[in-house]
Amino acid sequence: MTDAVQIGAILFWGLVATAVMTTILEGGQGSGLSRLSLPYLFGSFVTGDRHWAYVLGFITYTIGGWLFAILYYVLFFYLGFATWWLGGIVGFLHGCFLLLVMLPLMPHVHPRMASEYDGPTAKRRLEPPGFLGLNYGGRTPLLTLLGQFVYGVILGAFLPVG
Amino acid sequence: MPHAEPAPSRLTSPATSEDEYRPIADYAIVGDGRTAALVSRTGSIDWLCLPSFASPSLFAAILDRQRGGRFGIRPSGPFTSRRRYVGDSPVLETTFETADGTVRVTDFMPILTGSPLAREIASERELVRIVEGVAGAVELDIVFVPRPDYARRPVRLVERGRLGWFSVERDRAYILHSDVPFRPCDGASALGCRLRVEAGEKRYLSLIFACDDVAAVAPLGAYADARLEATFRWWDRWSGLCPYRGPYRAEVMRSVLVLKLLTYALSGAVVAAPTASLPEAVGAARNWDYRFTWLRDASLTLRAFVDLGHSAEGAVFLDWLLNTTRLSRPYLQVLYDVYGRTRMHEQELDHFEGYRGSRPVRIGNAAETQLQLDVYGSVVMAAYDYVIRGGRLDRFERRMLTGLGKVVCDHWREPDNGIWEIRGERLHHVYSKTMCWVALDRLLRLAAAGHVRLPRDRVERERAAIAEAIEAHGFDPDLNAYVGAFGNREPDAALLLMARFGYKDANDPRMVGTYDFLRRELGRGALLMRYRDGYDGMPSREGAFGICSFWQVDYLARRGDVQDAVRLFDRLLGYANDLGLFAEEIDPDTGEALGNFPQAFTHVGLIAAALTLERAGVRD
Repeated sequence: MTDAVQIGAILFWGLVATAVMTTILEGGQGSGLSRLSLPYLFGSFVTGDRHWAYVLGFITYTIGGWLFAILYYVLFFYLGFATWWLGGIVGFLHGCFLLLVMLPLMPHVHPRMASEYDGPTAKRRLEPPGFLGLNYGGRTPLLTLLGQFVYGVILGAFLPVG
Repeated sequence: MPHAEPAPSRLTSPATSEDEYRPIADYAIVGDGRTAALVSRTGSIDWLCLPSFASPSLFAAILDRQRGGRFGIRPSGPFTSRRRYVGDSPVLETTFETADGTVRVTDFMPILTGSPLAREIASERELVRIVEGVAGAVELDIVFVPRPDYARRPVRLVERGRLGWFSVERDRAYILHSDVPFRPCDGASALGCRLRVEAGEKRYLSLIFACDDVAAVAPLGAYADARLEATFRWWDRWSGLCPYRGPYRAEVMRSVLVLKLLTYALSGAVVAAPTASLPEAVGAARNWDYRFTWLRDASLTLRAFVDLGHSAEGAVFLDWLLNTTRLSRPYLQVLYDVYGRTRMHEQELDHFEGYRGSRPVRIGNAAETQLQLDVYGSVVMAAYDYVIRGGRLDRFERRMLTGLGKVVCDHWREPDNGIWEIRGERLHHVYSKTMCWVALDRLLRLAAAGHVRLPRDRVERERAAIAEAIEAHGFDPDLNAYVGAFGNREPDAALLLMARFGYKDANDPRMVGTYDFLRRELGRGALLMRYRDGYDGMPSREGAFGICSFWQVDYLARRGDVQDAVRLFDRLLGYANDLGLFAEEIDPDTGEALGNFPQAFTHVGLIAAALTLERAGVRD
């Protein structure tokens, strides 16, 4: 398999996995399972306009999905194999990292997120996610883990390693 | 923002209990064009649905003092209160006076469009209450008792540091952000606080709602003051568009502001009222949900907007009318929700006792299953009024109107439930036939001007046939009056509109006879019932219908009895509450407001009557 084909496959399956994960997360949000929208949180880093935050957030989220697909590929490459269950495990761990590290970090790094210590200000108004994102609804951790798990499963199953 | 002290209005009796129901007229409305809250004269928000008008309630103490939920701010001891809207806006100021001092509570729902504040992330919905010490010191009792989903869901309030108190259920978050030191009570399902407010001191309470989305908690203090200023400016600009400078400017402005508050900003639909199940007869079963759009109100509502300089609202409303009805085209339903959906399944909330025991408490509306032929005339008339004032119809809208004409030609001979949605046997209502005539008449005029295509011969034939049927079967020579339905001798106040809509000249002997008949049978002082007690088959007596009473003024002015019309209008205005708000009905014996509140239809009638008086030459 040529390098160009490898790169093409990573980009393609990275896009597919990102699209499926986003569909799960946004579908869960739309059906009332959680108020978490990762694209929105990303987009609101750069703009206070709620509508533009969604648009920009989806673009950066998709790019992020591609970049993470490369990281997954590198991991599979060094492990020497890739299967759906390995991808699932990696995705699950990725989700745990997101819930346990990234979301609690948000109030400290996000320019528009308020914190429980300081309260809202003119610019920092967004409700913080809290531990495991539970502030955004009790099913937020499950939904997030499911999305990341499926993301990993798709990459593990289809990325051409070796 | 002007801060003159409010002129004294009727004062409350001291130390009223919040366990008692307040009179319906004791409420004021604040809103943001998406939903609305009712605030009592004693400072309690007793009705609020989130995120939109027809959503489940968060506060419904107006329907059940104990279970419904409310958000109250009032002096802990005896007090008197007065209130006003600030300028031509729905920003409400309630001033409480006690033996020890005076405090002012300002209630509003922010609208930040066009303001620099709109650049930052805003809450999905927010209701702000600002407490300001005016003189002396006043001890206040503040209670926050959220009861989501008509009090069917459990509540647990959790404090999240300086962000305030959160109640989260599934995809919904209710947040109370304030600088008031609340304590949880009732198992953390409510918050309470006793607070002393000194002159010059300010406290802020911001109720925030988020659904499906990460919430944004707005800051308090100067930022809340800035939101108040921006909101007031927005309303002031909007009100400034109104060209009416007649003798009834205050009443007309308040009425059009009510219509704007009841216009759902995201679609342009105008709901009949923001409330459900406020009774038309206290203690009885005449309790209906009015948080929907009735097509029967369409033409009068559109005219009210357009004639008062708000052609944008008129255009959006017509657009909503003609496009939302695609779901059922070419047939029209009686009512739609703000998004044009037609399934408003009616259910009863058995756990609510109802306003002063008026059961059942209904949400949803079974009128969706009824047939009302008058709505075709109302919608066509709205389109006609829009076009003759310079509006343009697109191809789909023209086809839609042609389709409505065909439905009228095919179905006008059928009985229907009539404008008053009487549940039971369908009748050949004269008003419905008249509105079918109006539909065909206006369509023919639109066709003559090239706006729609019609089989003109057939439409002209059917229009003539309708008039022939009305004159042959809808007029009783013995009574010398048009009657409610073919073959009966019942009065129907809607028949006054035959003159307004051009079916008959107001001075035609048959119209004069009809007016006399209606006054004789339905008149109660200045007021007018819509039909005789018992005609609708319900055991209880309802009040006089607000809009029907204003139709009298319109009719009298049209036939040239302008002085009588003015005298009657002045008397009717006396039935408004201290803020100029009308309910659906008025008790003819006590003057008490009855039914859902405030009612768009009544305010539409007030505007129509005031504009007719102006055209009849009534000036300052």
